[in-house]
Amino acid sequence: MRRFPRLPALLAGLVVGVSAVSSAAEELTFVRLTPAQHQRAIHDVFGPGIRVDGSAEALGVRDRGLLALGARRSTLSAAELERYEALAQQVAAQVTEPARRATLIACRPAADDAPDDVCAARFVARAGRFLFRRPLTGGETDLYVAVARTAADTLDDYYAGLRAALAGMLVAPEFLFRVERSEPDPGDPGRLRLDAWSRASRLSFFLWDSAPDHLLLDAAESGGLLSPEGLDRQVERLLASPRAERGLRAFFSDLLELDRFATLSIDSSLFPRFTKNVEDDAREQTLRTIADHLLNRNRDYRDLFVTRDTFLTPPLAAIYGVPLPRSQELGGAVPWVPYRFPEGGSHVGLLGQVSFLALHSHPGRSSPTLRGQAVQQIFLCRTVPPPPPDVDFSLLQDTYNPDFRTTRDRLAEHRRNPACASCHNLTDPIGLTLEVFDAAGGYRTTENGAPIDAGGALNGRTYAGPAGLAEALRDEPRAASCFIERTFSYGAARPPTDGERAWLADVQAELVERGVKWRDLVRRIARHPDFYTVVPGAS
Amino acid sequence: MSATRGIGRRTVLRGMLKGGAAVTVGLPVLECLLNTNGTAYAAGIGGAAAGAPLPPCFGTWFWGLGLIPNHWEPAAAGPGYELPEHLAGLRPIQSKINLFSGMQVFLDGKVNQNHYSGAQGQATGRVSRNGGDYSTSIDTLIGDHIGRGTRFRSLEVTCDGDSSASWSARGSSGLNPSETSPLALYARIFGDGFRDPNLADFQADPAVMVRHSVLSAVSEQRRKLMTAVSASDRARLDEYFSSVRDLEQKLAFELDRPAPLPACTVPEAGTEEIGALVEQVERTHRQYARLLAHALACGQTRIFNLTMGSAFSRLRRPGEVNAYHSLTHEEPIDRELGYQPTCKWLAERMMDFFREFVETLDGIREGGGTLLDRTVVFAFTDHGEARMHSMKRYPILTAGSGGGRMKTGLHVASEGDAATRVGFTIQQALGVVGGRWGAESNEVSRPFGEVLT
Repeated sequence: MRRFPRLPALLAGLVVGVSAVSSAAEELTFVRLTPAQHQRAIHDVFGPGIRVDGSAEALGVRDRGLLALGARRSTLSAAELERYEALAQQVAAQVTEPARRATLIACRPAADDAPDDVCAARFVARAGRFLFRRPLTGGETDLYVAVARTAADTLDDYYAGLRAALAGMLVAPEFLFRVERSEPDPGDPGRLRLDAWSRASRLSFFLWDSAPDHLLLDAAESGGLLSPEGLDRQVERLLASPRAERGLRAFFSDLLELDRFATLSIDSSLFPRFTKNVEDDAREQTLRTIADHLLNRNRDYRDLFVTRDTFLTPPLAAIYGVPLPRSQELGGAVPWVPYRFPEGGSHVGLLGQVSFLALHSHPGRSSPTLRGQAVQQIFLCRTVPPPPPDVDFSLLQDTYNPDFRTTRDRLAEHRRNPACASCHNLTDPIGLTLEVFDAAGGYRTTENGAPIDAGGALNGRTYAGPAGLAEALRDEPRAASCFIERTFSYGAARPPTDGERAWLADVQAELVERGVKWRDLVRRIARHPDFYTVVPGAS
Repeated sequence: MSATRGIGRRTVLRGMLKGGAAVTVGLPVLECLLNTNGTAYAAGIGGAAAGAPLPPCFGTWFWGLGLIPNHWEPAAAGPGYELPEHLAGLRPIQSKINLFSGMQVFLDGKVNQNHYSGAQGQATGRVSRNGGDYSTSIDTLIGDHIGRGTRFRSLEVTCDGDSSASWSARGSSGLNPSETSPLALYARIFGDGFRDPNLADFQADPAVMVRHSVLSAVSEQRRKLMTAVSASDRARLDEYFSSVRDLEQKLAFELDRPAPLPACTVPEAGTEEIGALVEQVERTHRQYARLLAHALACGQTRIFNLTMGSAFSRLRRPGEVNAYHSLTHEEPIDRELGYQPTCKWLAERMMDFFREFVETLDGIREGGGTLLDRTVVFAFTDHGEARMHSMKRYPILTAGSGGGRMKTGLHVASEGDAATRVGFTIQQALGVVGGRWGAESNEVSRPFGEVLT
């Protein structure tokens, strides 16, 4: 994959005199970058060799199922900014170290031990265009050049000056947040649309999970991106790029709440095969399966529930209890082997994968309620309310009670309480089917010596086990509409308005007939002018 | 290009640090702190006058899942009460703490966000309609009053590895994440930038001055952006710039010659093993107690927030199928004992940890007293009875007197008061201005007078 094309060319871009800040009618909104986006934005500008240590720690807020929506509501705490400032210093030091200067810093100063405003201005303008994802204003360039001058003077080192200026841009809100500028829509003066630069960012973060590259910035600068044809060209270009896979992975990591792996604590004393490696592999298995299914094979999203095609590593194969055939890939650095679970078995689709089963379990015990809740919330966009206060769970949760040996028995008793039944009826008929998988995702047929009954029902459709549940989910219309709405919300970092829901319903009607293919879906969203409108008060 | 266009007074170093010459920096505080003989600011930490008592400190200590109801409330109120067996672990520190019983958090018809609403009510004075809304917490209110002039506005830590386990917030844009690694906290406090206040020689680091000037330049953008930003995002952007100011303050502190603090010593870094097993949490908590105590004694901060972990506690004994949270709902009540035995055991470990925390602060001598004496620790939990998600009969504790501003050794027995009264009482003791705190039924205006001196 050509991850970093034309590295020197990136920084040899144009210095543009246009002001990015314009009319009084504009409005600014902010969306916080995720740690992954922060790291990628740096790598895309300065090369993947730049270390960005420890940026993965940040507290995302999940809003209506997505961290992407929470990013429009969160800011940076003092402790987080402290970390980002340390990272900025670390990155700036690497960019300006002697070995990288020839590649990344085109202009040679008159002297290494004194300020050079002309050279500094060239660096600031070039780097700033990528970091702020728009040209710097004259005032901004002057500001960072002044920072460089003062630092160079103080430390008798021109490059220390550049280091300071770069560190300043890396902690600026224009870099750490996606600043979205809006302007009146010429086609509809009553409403606001994103300006060309913000449109480029929205598109790029949606499809690539990173900042715009130079071609996209050029399209914004020329105004071409604001025309339907220009937009189409960029959408196709971005979708054809290998970077589209990381955009897809970022979306599904958010949708499937894979960030929760950070605090997963499946007890390895109870599940000795569930090691740290298994956690990493389980996460990757899911993303690899999805990328292969949606991008490589261009299959229907809904078939992710029923596919038996996946990829395994030896530790994962041990959890699943399947023999792993030898593969050419074995022995390489990444021993992933394509694998198809046998027909008739229970490991079917996303719900049969370790990542889903373990993330929605207790540390030592499976939980039909947590799993059923996850299916409702993640795949069907239904909210399951928390249990009411003053409910006594303990009487019928006694796992040693000989009358209630399986979780199904105990939950049936629990649902006899009407206050509990309304929600458990949403979760349990789904989750109980998945009881054939233990907390680590391993297959089992009994619980406390009693056979597990994996029968269940979804919206009146009954099934006997996980394969039936998977088919019911695939055929559930709400699964497609939920996915489409989440995809839009993720890209726009806001939920759709009622009007947008109407055209999303049209998209759904069309795709349900033709297949809910990832590229078709994001293409329709990314080409639609509504995707680039600004809804006042969306934060 | 103009040399100074767009540059404000605060932005840039105006003098040069060359050959030890004097320096002036655009930021007012630096102008005074960087005088040539280094005496400015040196009269006392954070501007305290020489010889004045050391300033008060405040911290929160959160543990999840409460205590066993009917087993922790003392029979008598006031001083000299007898601690029940469930709280026997607190006996060595009884005279240094206050125990509050019988208090509740009001939902005012809102859905009970289990393991959230109750702690939110006590930490912020209000209960929100959903879990996403959170507002400024008590540590921020108190920190704005007593915490200025230190290197860190506050320090947040958690003991079970979950950085989202926090109840501290400034504004409404999310929680301050907790540090999960004691070694990372050690590096933040005692690594680069730490100046031992008891060393004779001090020289401001020009690289830190440059970093400071960079942040000042970023701050310069505030007015321009605040004017253009949409109304709904203004508060959020302002909170970002508050964080920038906090960081500027941190660097300014590092450029200052610190006042001597005889109680300040640098602890060992040690090793760490982060996890949710009881022994791991205990060890991590011990490390944090030590690090926070030394950070306070060394004048690095006056505000801290420690959580034992998430309110949905993942605390677990090795080999135990259920974590603490699951146990509170699912462990059968022993018919003979009348309680859930493992839950009781775990709750008592929490109280042991609290005692250890208080004893750690109390173990640092400062003149005639201890660090604990000038500190108030506010210990709170998420539910009165976690098994039932009960919002009544909350156990609440305070430790330390905040420099003689609060009495200790008392059991305050309330009959259904808003639990926010405890937080309000602490605010009053530490001089936070304001006649009331909280919202709806959790709004209070009367402190517990019997606790105030």
